[in-house]
Amino acid sequence: MASQEILREEPSRGSFINDPRIRSLFFQTLVVILLFSSIWWIVHNVIENLQRLHIASGFGFLRSRAGFDISDTPIAYTSDSTYFRALVVGLLNTIIVAAAGIVLATIVGFAIGIGRLSQNWLIRKICTVYVEIFRNIPPLLVIFFWYSGVLAVLPPPRESIHLPFGSFLNQRGFYFPRAVWGDGSWLIGVALLLAIAMAWFVAHRARQRQKATGQQFPVFWTSVTLIVGLPVLAYLLSGMPLTFDFPKQSTFNLTGGFWVKPEFLSLLLALSFYTAAFIAEIVRAGIRGVNKGQSEAAAALGLRSGPTLRLVVIPQAMRIVIPPLTSQYLNLTKNSSLAIAIGYPDLTATAGTVLNQTGQAVEGVFIMMIAYLVLSLVTSFVMNIVNARMALVER
Amino acid sequence: MKHIAIGILGVAALGFMASAASAGTLDTVKQKGFIQCGVSTGLAGFSAPDDKGDWKGIDADFCRAVAAAVFGDGSKVKFTPLSAKERFTALQSGEIDILSRNTTWTSNRDSALGLDFVGITYYDGQGFMINAKKLPGVNSALQLSGAAVCVQSGTTTELNLADYFKKNKMEYNPVVFEKLEEVNAAYDAGRCDAYTTDQSGLYGIRLTLSSPADHVVLPEIISKEPLGPAVRQGDDQWAHIARWTYFALLNAEEAGITQANVDEMKASTDPNIQRLLGTEPDGKYGADLGLSNDFVVNIVKAVGNYGEMFERNVGSGSPLKIARGINALWTKGGLQYGPPIR
Repeated sequence: MASQEILREEPSRGSFINDPRIRSLFFQTLVVILLFSSIWWIVHNVIENLQRLHIASGFGFLRSRAGFDISDTPIAYTSDSTYFRALVVGLLNTIIVAAAGIVLATIVGFAIGIGRLSQNWLIRKICTVYVEIFRNIPPLLVIFFWYSGVLAVLPPPRESIHLPFGSFLNQRGFYFPRAVWGDGSWLIGVALLLAIAMAWFVAHRARQRQKATGQQFPVFWTSVTLIVGLPVLAYLLSGMPLTFDFPKQSTFNLTGGFWVKPEFLSLLLALSFYTAAFIAEIVRAGIRGVNKGQSEAAAALGLRSGPTLRLVVIPQAMRIVIPPLTSQYLNLTKNSSLAIAIGYPDLTATAGTVLNQTGQAVEGVFIMMIAYLVLSLVTSFVMNIVNARMALVER
Repeated sequence: MKHIAIGILGVAALGFMASAASAGTLDTVKQKGFIQCGVSTGLAGFSAPDDKGDWKGIDADFCRAVAAAVFGDGSKVKFTPLSAKERFTALQSGEIDILSRNTTWTSNRDSALGLDFVGITYYDGQGFMINAKKLPGVNSALQLSGAAVCVQSGTTTELNLADYFKKNKMEYNPVVFEKLEEVNAAYDAGRCDAYTTDQSGLYGIRLTLSSPADHVVLPEIISKEPLGPAVRQGDDQWAHIARWTYFALLNAEEAGITQANVDEMKASTDPNIQRLLGTEPDGKYGADLGLSNDFVVNIVKAVGNYGEMFERNVGSGSPLKIARGINALWTKGGLQYGPPIR
């Protein structure tokens, strides 16, 4: 055996019990065996206890009729759908609120983070107060604050607040007209895609020209003109196929149009404003982490403060910012499970209902854990790609 | 290699240890000296803490009755408030000994959840409540198409609601919360047009709203909700104790035994009452259950008979003022019927 070979090669080691390589191999094997045995032991115990207590087990329930309704359904769902579909609806709701929250938190967080470094005393202090308040209050309280705030301040449906463009605001949520696309509206979509492709091409050529000749081209305004102008042109040419479905007053509430419920709104605001406070600190640390000599060198080359920030400081700051930013995105996604307190049907809420209606707690919790794990792994995977692209490229 | 073998043996030993059988609930309860009773987080008339922190209501009193049967002392109960979602897991895992929490008896819960229902302490049905001031002209649940309806998650209520609106081809918007207080707060704040739960619950919740007089309970009853206590499946002795505590409450009312006259009744020569109160010579109906022979005396002394329990908590002696209706004894045209103790 391997141990004997080692003994022959290095007789000075003495007994194989003292061989560090054998020892480390032995203890690693021992740990692996212990780990798997305990996992097996737990699984076995659970199955045995469930049988002893006459509790149904297995995942067969996923194909049964759910029987309950869900308020926010991004995909078609009725009480006749299966438990599985109910769980998918919950997962999609979690993804929607997490994705929207990440975008909003990033925008607010960057604004506040840069604001904390502003030369303006008032802006700097306001941003500091914001960070200190939201960072130091538990997210659940922030959620309750928004939800109770929304319900307490807004009027009942019959006295809805009228906003411009046929929008309404009341206790039941925020309503705005929904675009109804008529015949030939595909032309507008095609025009938009075409405009984006052209804008990208212009940017690419402009970069090449700048590298070759040093001359700059107004890429930004050209792109805006293309992306706005082409779809508008297509809209006019195809005979204006766009109409709007306006929200109208009915017996209990407004119907028609697009409806954002207060549960979603308050969860989104609470999660993004809470996480934004942390992102702001990360951004501030990132900018502070860029050596002062960098901006001084940029100034010496004749760059003004705007381009210095955009071209010199922020690209270097991003390397420091992205890894902790990933953690904040993961936190936001996981904090979205607090939705249960205000009745937004996210994964935790729907899985909880499924768990309760079927009584299969072990399976329900298992599904929830796997779903959040996969969500988080996907988020970190994407952020790792972003990080790799942003990382310092050595030349 | 020897070390690994010892390691494996150790782990295997751990695995074997874990499958030790659990003792009967009666023995465990006697050993710890109290009954752990799962109740709601606060539903007036069924289980709600009063201003001194004492749990009041039919469901709370039922646990006191079981404690009186076991210990001869109705105060040997500890209450665990549970949300609808937590209740079954709490009972399955042994965190509580008895679940007395306005829980509907259904086939699925009886067969697949490892529960055993004891009886029906309250015959209920699901109804709707609306704010009549905000919604004048609505006097039937069939007018609720398009309404936002507040409901607690993980209940049969949630399922009945979906079935009722589907059956009547109406639309609705469910607003679902996990905790009763959250549903109440959202309904009170005007988040929903209607509130649905068991009708008895609606009367209780109405009292806790900011202006109870504005709210009306609609006449429709859309489901059968037989509410009763449940115990873990597989412990027959404990199930018998809970079940016969319930029957004893009914039989005491039928025989006219009340909290006030129970001591006089012990002198009765009526063999029926003698058997019930354990005064029959050589009778051992209590001992057969694993209790003392005068367990019914203890129960009635602690909480009264079923009728007294009802009137005190949800009936004329309470702010809810619910009529006995189908919860009257079978001798008075109701459904409550206790099999004989003999």
